[in-house]
Amino acid sequence: MAKRAETLKETMTLNSQVTELVRSEAPSELLRELVAHLRQNRTQLREEWVGRISETRLLTAMTKEEIFAEATSVYDSYVEALETETFEALQAYARNLSERIIPRGVETHEVVGIVLLLRDVLARSLFAKYQADFKKLNRILDAYEPAANRIANTVSVSFVQERERVIRQQQEAIRELSTPVLQVRERLLILPMIGVIDPQRARQLTEQLLRGIRTNRAKVVVIDITGVAAMDVTVANHLVQTVEASRLLGATVIVTGLSPEIAQTLVTIGVDLGKMNTVGDLQGGIEQAERLLGYKVVTLAETR
Amino acid sequence: MEVPILKQGDYLIATFQAALSDADLNQLRSGLIQQVVKLRSRGVLVDVTAMDVMDSFASRTLREIAHMIRLRGAETVIVGIQPEVAFAMVQLGLTLEDVTTALDLEEGLAYLNEKFKNTH
Repeated sequence: MAKRAETLKETMTLNSQVTELVRSEAPSELLRELVAHLRQNRTQLREEWVGRISETRLLTAMTKEEIFAEATSVYDSYVEALETETFEALQAYARNLSERIIPRGVETHEVVGIVLLLRDVLARSLFAKYQADFKKLNRILDAYEPAANRIANTVSVSFVQERERVIRQQQEAIRELSTPVLQVRERLLILPMIGVIDPQRARQLTEQLLRGIRTNRAKVVVIDITGVAAMDVTVANHLVQTVEASRLLGATVIVTGLSPEIAQTLVTIGVDLGKMNTVGDLQGGIEQAERLLGYKVVTLAETR
Repeated sequence: MEVPILKQGDYLIATFQAALSDADLNQLRSGLIQQVVKLRSRGVLVDVTAMDVMDSFASRTLREIAHMIRLRGAETVIVGIQPEVAFAMVQLGLTLEDVTTALDLEEGLAYLNEKFKNTH
């Protein structure tokens, strides 16, 4: 117990010593010195950084010239962020950069990797410069490290945010593309379902279909699920509900293209198929729909 | 508010207004099953276009009307269920089994005409 108290005391004195050291020279002054150093050695440090990037085989999707050009801008924004201690400009630049490099297949680990490399390269140059004066080096690192970490953080977060924005945008696009309700004949609608149906999409499909029945005054609807690979209980029940709701609007629903897997799932989970009108494929579905509507398809030769 | 029952040729037409009390519904039911034989109607059309909410009582009454009228020797068609109402009903399990439904009054009339066209 006594020993622990002693250690604690020791640490406290050490801490106060460190605080004293830092206080003796304002951090902003140290940062200024640091920035001056980085500006002075800009060419050399930048080249070293680019060398390390190609050495570790990061950013393989980009050419050497491109890497060099981007590295220069990143370096300058980096030094500027250190100098002004504001991160907005760097954040904007990182967003812009991400927007350009994401379509080219640059991965998150690469972006984080190059920022950390720059941090290491700069830290090494600081070691080299102040190796004679260990106390000064300590103080410089005290000023440098938090800022450098924050920069690395800002750049990585910007990249990930940009990536997420792109993903969201694509999801939206898929959602809009994938739910067409098509009229193929007077009073006959087709709803081709494609891809993964989650509960949200299922609800959207139903809404669109019911609205489509009303506006097109449809009597028969063919729902084709050839393009649906799997179906869970929720979605299966939703499909049955859609069929029933359509019936309340006076439309008959024919479901086509049930894959063997889905047929098995539906039977296993005990969905009531009695109310569902199913036909093997889309062609058969359309033919049955035409019969229900009183159409008859004949070849031109037959009419002569 | 009482639901008026109109005679149109061989058919009876009852059009729902927005808010109906349970008493109104009961009155409509007894009115329809009396009129359908008295006026020698072959079909009954119940138009629910104006209803934006369908509770379980209304839904059950519609079903009862349809079944009772069938026992009285005529055919019932429920017309004009709104898409949102239809989906809400199905989610609540009110699916109006064995009851004929149609998109609107015109469709309902077309259905009845088609059904009775050979018996004229």
